[in-house]
This record gives sequence, structure tokens and C-alpha cells, in this order.
Amino acid sequence: MTSTLTISQLTKVFGGVKALSGVSLSVCAGERVALLGHNGAGKSTLMKAVLGLIKPDSGEIAVCGAAPGTEQAREHVAYLPENAAFHPALSGLEQITHYMRLRNEDTSGAMALLDRVGLGHAAKRRIGTYSKGMRQRVGLAQALIGHPKLLVLDEPTSGLDPVSRRDFYELLDDLAADGAAILLSSHALTEVEARTDQLLILSGGTMAAMGTLSDLRREAALPVSMQITALNGYENDILSALPEAIRVNDVLQLSCSQDEKLETLSRIASLQGKLADVDIIPPSLEDIYSHFSRRDGQ
Amino acid sequence: MINRILATATTEIHIARRNRWVLIAVVLMVIFSLVLSAAGSAPTGALGSDRLSVVVASLTSLSVYLVPLVALLMSFDAVAGEVERGTLPLLLTYPVARWEVLAGKMIAHMAILMIAITAGYGAAAVVTIAADPAAITGLAALWRLTWTSFLLGGTFLGIGYALSSLAGRVSGAAGLAIGLWLGMVVLYDLGLLAAVVADDGGTFTTRIFPYTLLANPADAFRLFNLTASQATGATAGVGGAANSIPQWQSLVSIAAWPLVSLGVAALSFRKVQP
Repeated sequence: MTSTLTISQLTKVFGGVKALSGVSLSVCAGERVALLGHNGAGKSTLMKAVLGLIKPDSGEIAVCGAAPGTEQAREHVAYLPENAAFHPALSGLEQITHYMRLRNEDTSGAMALLDRVGLGHAAKRRIGTYSKGMRQRVGLAQALIGHPKLLVLDEPTSGLDPVSRRDFYELLDDLAADGAAILLSSHALTEVEARTDQLLILSGGTMAAMGTLSDLRREAALPVSMQITALNGYENDILSALPEAIRVNDVLQLSCSQDEKLETLSRIASLQGKLADVDIIPPSLEDIYSHFSRRDGQ
Repeated sequence: MINRILATATTEIHIARRNRWVLIAVVLMVIFSLVLSAAGSAPTGALGSDRLSVVVASLTSLSVYLVPLVALLMSFDAVAGEVERGTLPLLLTYPVARWEVLAGKMIAHMAILMIAITAGYGAAAVVTIAADPAAITGLAALWRLTWTSFLLGGTFLGIGYALSSLAGRVSGAAGLAIGLWLGMVVLYDLGLLAAVVADDGGTFTTRIFPYTLLANPADAFRLFNLTASQATGATAGVGGAANSIPQWQSLVSIAAWPLVSLGVAALSFRKVQP
């Protein structure tokens, strides 16, 4: 696969503080990459550097083979800013028409574009009367203009309700299927896990982890916890057979490393007649995320 | 390129129309022009010029204040507003050059200014010629006033964009614009007048004073129109200096200023960090 966006050893310093240090990544055509991190982890800085809005102190960026911010790069890149803002006096249709003309696109498709993001009914109302979610949709609509090769989406789903989020990710699937490279940022791993091909976790300006969700799960090697509910009267038997278990409320809990998982399960299974129920709780996505995002800095 | 400039211009016209800027500018120019043409047409005959030329002399004094004010009011928000609303970063990721953005805004604002000026002066001309058909001979002076007003407006639009880029915030840009207007069209003349009085006919008055008038676009505009029209005597004060400065010099000043101010605006906009 050809790489649409390539970043190598990117460093940016703001007033002595390293916003990004030595970050490298690449996004291929048709690939959806999620950039995760706390506030201030460097997500927006990285995106602005890709867009050519800020100049990095060192490192290389190539957008469709061109330097970021050049006209050639800008022709192929669409951006959705974190809080998409527009002039409140313009209607959604006027705003989208304006952006289409800036990209030399036929403006007759403006209404269809607004329909695609679910804004057709409000197209002729002023953006000043829109809700935050509606403004975000205008932002999304403008990012779809002219089949961009790279979409840079800064927290695209903030302000969207759960149903709209699902619609949004379906839209992304279509775009990726058409060959667009997508780099999006988010606070929540739970939201992007099933919707992206690769996860990047930024922490304190450095790349803390990179890979698919199962890669990250393996690398983090967080303990698995198990909950055992005993049949009446057998609780003490179980506690003596599994000395590492502790009683929490009415259930017994124990945790083990990934390597010990099967062995522990077989020990539990040998107590079959004394058990009412067993639950296996893998480390949650939030646990994995905090594991990586806290490794450096915080 | 042309498409992108026109797209920006169209959008700016939409915004100005919604924000009532078109209406405000036109009403302001028409009302003031009508009031002046009613008041200014009284001293005819004695000066040996037609009624309309006298009105033009009054309109010149009015436009020196009003045209820069309207131009600054329309332009101070142009860049600082985009920065403050947060619309600039997105705009700059589009394949559009910064100067194209500025040119689009300039075309829209200039068009509105031209409509307002034409409406104002046109109303004054209609009223004056209706009262005295002989005043039609003054149309040449009115035309001169019209195109020089366009140039004066263009100058202050450019100054407004430059201030807007430098200030970064809308409130700061508004303050700078009003301060600059006060300084360039009100206090500048008062200062010069004070200097001339204190100098009492010395080197300042004879050597430096003419150039200080040419250096200020508002003064150059007034000088050019008063020299050109035969109505110099109808105004007093700094206008009296009009006779000592050749007309081509004030023409060069009013023609060069829009280019200078727009150049400075483009340079300052390039320095704005999104």
C-alpha cells in the first residue's frame, strides 16, 4: 500500500515545552488511524503540523508526496477542526457553497452534501441558529468536499449524539473504502476501537503505543480478573482451593496475568460442582488506554 | 484563482447584507449628503461658481471624515474576526492563498462602499440640479469627488485589514481603527494647524507643511478636490493651503495610498499565525 501521510521524527517545541518529540507514523490509502491521548498530549499540534498551519522544529512530513501547507498538499487534504466554527450570519448552504467554490467543485452538489450529513432540512437557516452538533455536521460536510485523499479530523464526534456517531463512522467506512486515508483524534478508546484499523496513543508529546487493538492488548499485558459466585455453603471450600481469591460483597474475585489465564481457569473448572457462576472480565479498553497514556509523563 | 476570489467576495457580500452594513453605509452617506446639499447651496453666486460645485466642496469636507470611517468599520473585523471565531485555521487549509482571501474581502467591501458613495453623492446631485438646472456644470467636479472617494475608501479598507491582522482580537482591532481614524482625519490637521501657527511663516510652513499634507491620504484627498474645483474659497483652514501645492502631487498621493495600504495589509495578514 502507498502511504498517503508519512511523518518521521517530528518535533515541535512551544516556549521550552516539547509538544511533540520524535513522533513518526504513516497512514496509507484506505486506512483509518485513530490518534488517542489526553488533553495536551500533542494530538492537535500533530494535526496542525500535518496541515501546514504550524511549522515543526525538526522532522519530516510528506502529504501525498508534497510538503504540508503547499497548494498541492492542501488540494488533497480535508480538515475538520476540533470545534468547527463558521460565520453565524451565513446559512449552512451558503457556507458549503463557498467552500466548494474554493475547491473548484461544482456547487450544484452542495444540497446533496448537506443531506448526506443530515442537515438538508436546515440548509437555508443561519449557522448562528445551529446547535453544536449541527455545526459539527457542517464541518463534516465541508471535509467531504472534492474526494480528499487525506482527512484530518480533530475530535470529529464531539457534540454528536450516539446515533449520529454511528452514522459518522459509517460515513468514514465508505470514505476509507473509496481509498481515503483518515487520521482522526479522540479521547475515548471505547469509541474508536471497532472503527479504526490502527490506534496511536500519544502521551506527553511522544508516541506511547501503536498498533491494532489486539496488539495493544497483548503489549499492555494487563491482568484478567475473574468473578466466582459460589453455590450456597461452598464458599469456604473454594477459598481454600483458590487462596489468591478475595471476597468482595457476595462474590469471590481473583486476578491473574494473561499467561496464567488458562491454568487458573482449569483450576476453577475443577471446582465445577461448587460453583453457581463464573465471569471472566478482560482488561477494559479504558484500562489499556490509561496504561499507555500514563506510561510517560503522567 | 479568480473563482476563489469571487467566491470569497460573494460570501462577504452575504455577510455584509445580513449584518446590515450595506444599509447602514448607504443610509449614512445619503442622509449626510442631503443635509449638506441643503445647507451648502445657500452661498451661491457670490463665489462665481455653480451650486453643485459648492455642494461638492461641502461634500469633500464631509467625505474626508465619513468615507474613512465607513471603510474602517467594514474592515476592522476582516482578519481579527476570523481569528476570534476560529474560522481562520480551517480556511487556511483550503487551497486558497492568503492574498486571495484578502482580495475577495476587498472586492466585496469596495463594492458596498462604492454603492454607498454613489447613492449619497447621487442624491445630493439630484436635489441640487432639481433646484437649479444650471448646476449641471458642476457634474465634472462631482465625478472627480466620486472616484477620489473610491480611492480614499480603498486606502482605509487596506489600513483596516492591516490593523485587523496586527491586532489579532476584534476588540483590539476596533480600538485601533477608531484611534487611527481620530488621529489621521481629526487630530492630524489640528496638530498641523497648531504647528503652522506656532511657526509663524517659518521653514516648517513653507518647506515641510506641504509634504505633511501629501503624506496623509485624507489631506491629499481634500487638497486634490479643492484644488481641482474652483471652490477653494468656500472652505477655510487647511484647505487654504491647497493653492501652494501642485495638483499632480496630491493626485499621486491619493493614487499611491490604496496600493501602499493594501500591500501593508497583505504583508500583515501573511504574518498572522492561525
